[in-house]
Amino acid sequence: MAKVSLFIPCFVDQLIPEVGLDMVRVLRRIGYETEFPEEQTCCGQPAFNTGYWNDARPVAERFIQIFRKAEIVVCPSGSCTTMVRSFYPELLAGTPLREEAILVGQRVFEFSEFLVKVANVTDVGASFPHRVAVHDSCHGLRELHLKQESRELLRHVRGLELVELPYSEECCGFGGTFAAKFAAISAAMGDTKAGNAEASGAEYVTATDPSCLLHIDGILRRRESKVRTIYLAGILAQTDASAERKARSAASEGQR
Amino acid sequence: MSQASQEFLRSAAEKSADITHRQLIRRAIDSYNVASERGRSRFFDWEAARLKCQEIKWEAVNNLDRYLLEFEQRVKERGGHVFWAENSEEARRYITDLAVSRGVHKVVKSKSMVSEEIHLGAALEKLGIKVVETDLGEYIVQLREETPYHIVTPAMHLNRTQIAALFKQKLGGVDTDDPQQLVAAARRSLRLDFFSAEMGISGANFLVADAGMIALTTNEGNARLCTSVPRIHVVLSGIEKVIPRLQDLATLWPVLATAGTGQPITCYSTLAGGPRQPNETDGPEEFHVVLVDNGRSELLANVEEREVLHCIRCGACINACPIFRTVGGHSYGTTYMGPIGSVLTPRLRGLKEFQHLSYASSLCGACTEVCPVKIDLHHHLLHNRRDAVNESDRPWSERFGFAMWRWSVEDAGRFAMMGWLARLGMRVMRALRLEGTALDPARPWNRNHAAPPIPEKSFRALWGKRNGTN
Repeated sequence: MAKVSLFIPCFVDQLIPEVGLDMVRVLRRIGYETEFPEEQTCCGQPAFNTGYWNDARPVAERFIQIFRKAEIVVCPSGSCTTMVRSFYPELLAGTPLREEAILVGQRVFEFSEFLVKVANVTDVGASFPHRVAVHDSCHGLRELHLKQESRELLRHVRGLELVELPYSEECCGFGGTFAAKFAAISAAMGDTKAGNAEASGAEYVTATDPSCLLHIDGILRRRESKVRTIYLAGILAQTDASAERKARSAASEGQR
Repeated sequence: MSQASQEFLRSAAEKSADITHRQLIRRAIDSYNVASERGRSRFFDWEAARLKCQEIKWEAVNNLDRYLLEFEQRVKERGGHVFWAENSEEARRYITDLAVSRGVHKVVKSKSMVSEEIHLGAALEKLGIKVVETDLGEYIVQLREETPYHIVTPAMHLNRTQIAALFKQKLGGVDTDDPQQLVAAARRSLRLDFFSAEMGISGANFLVADAGMIALTTNEGNARLCTSVPRIHVVLSGIEKVIPRLQDLATLWPVLATAGTGQPITCYSTLAGGPRQPNETDGPEEFHVVLVDNGRSELLANVEEREVLHCIRCGACINACPIFRTVGGHSYGTTYMGPIGSVLTPRLRGLKEFQHLSYASSLCGACTEVCPVKIDLHHHLLHNRRDAVNESDRPWSERFGFAMWRWSVEDAGRFAMMGWLARLGMRVMRALRLEGTALDPARPWNRNHAAPPIPEKSFRALWGKRNGTN
């Protein structure tokens, strides 16, 4: 059985662990063994994006040391994948690890990219009978050139109806530390995105980046919107069996 | 925090909350998007055209000294004057001195962002010289005593009703909201100015080195009148506008028009290269070109950032920018707004005062995607941030924050502990109902977002316990 290493972004690890767990469920279902190198922490993107390259550099070097032996690395975030693949070579320019950074970057894949382009799987046997719209997360779209991969996967989900999100390629306004430094602008952009999500008629908005969804979700719930967010793996992890199991446990909880 | 930064934060927050503004700009940009997409599809190969433009500008910028001297020589051969201005003040002084010595009372201007950059209008008016903007959008914002909202569409933020009210108030006898009649009213008024002005000032879309001519494009024909009717024509241009050859316009002109407005070519494309020659029947008696540096040489010396000088001021990045759409053109408080402004302004006017603009971006990359000369705009924002941290001052709290961050992520045990503490802190804030208050470290987030669920355990803790999942 082929083995993949998990690259779990810091905020997924600490704030939304179910994103990682769902990804593992899907990977195992399609026949991959997963390992989690427990020394990993963060790829360094927050410091890099804020201009603290001298602080980001040793963190990037640490990442490469941890993943240098891994054959394939899968990450539930287009943004963190971009950091490794697109930005490490520049961040580590002139250091001995640059060449290795390029090699590691070629083996790190965003989750939907891995499924469609590496594992050659578009039907993961999922079932999710809802209307879903896709928000194109910026780094996945413009740095990794991913657009059709997530849609291709969703088209094979039983019962799922894919609806068009107006202005799906427009940034949701998260932008990492941008959301804290320029909270008013970020929130207004999120508001625009939330309005488009509501106009789409979707029950759920999904994306290749759970960080966008964290932001959009907070804005949607603040608006008391009916639309919910769910990370791509959250949809793909659901099967008829898991839905039944969930319903059973909900029912038994109700009895208690 | 610099004063410009505080002003930006205040103004951006105010505009971000203005839903009417957001809808107005969305409508304007929607129609631009339709037009520019149609325009790009007319090209046999738009990507190849972009590449070609990038090559032309690369060649020009990397041989700037040579092409500028060639341009200067050709202009002088035809009897024109060329003045090299190191900074805004030198450029202003040359033009105001010229206007005073030639007894100029009225100046007509066609669109020039460099004239905004050096605050030329105010300098002339201080001397009692009347300055009339002749581009319709510029004319409107001048009547409103505003700066341009957008480098290509200066009055993008105004609707028909607002313009009708403005004309009614400022131009006697105009009481209509019919666009054609409004344009006719402006035209009537501007015609009188064209024929009574002694000096015409224009910008330049390109300085053509081998021809020694300036290339101008407008949709209203106003630049032609500015450059041919008054007896003195002054061209004001940044040094980066030079291109090697006349034939380069065959690519640059249509690409500029398409990226700027979606047109196959701008309505009026003009070349001007000197005063009236002995065998010519019209044209100005005097022709002056003011080449403005104003920080550009320093940018040229910076190999990593040099390509920012490739910009042809088409405005495509501004239209693509979701930040611009949210905060509007005036919030930036600078001559150049949107992505190109956020890249360029800190370089031309100093990282110390303007670094906040390079931070005011989610780094979405929509600008880079559309730039017709392929400037890697959002990556230049990253470089500006890096240089701000290394060469300028950042808040101590941020420096401390990243020192702490590094300490915690350089060890998995410390990272897990800090994560646990952060979640504990979040739970305490929630239990005490302090989320979003001044005591909440996550206030900027919690003020605008519904409270997120706080997981009991991290992924690594769950993994360790169950080795994954079922």
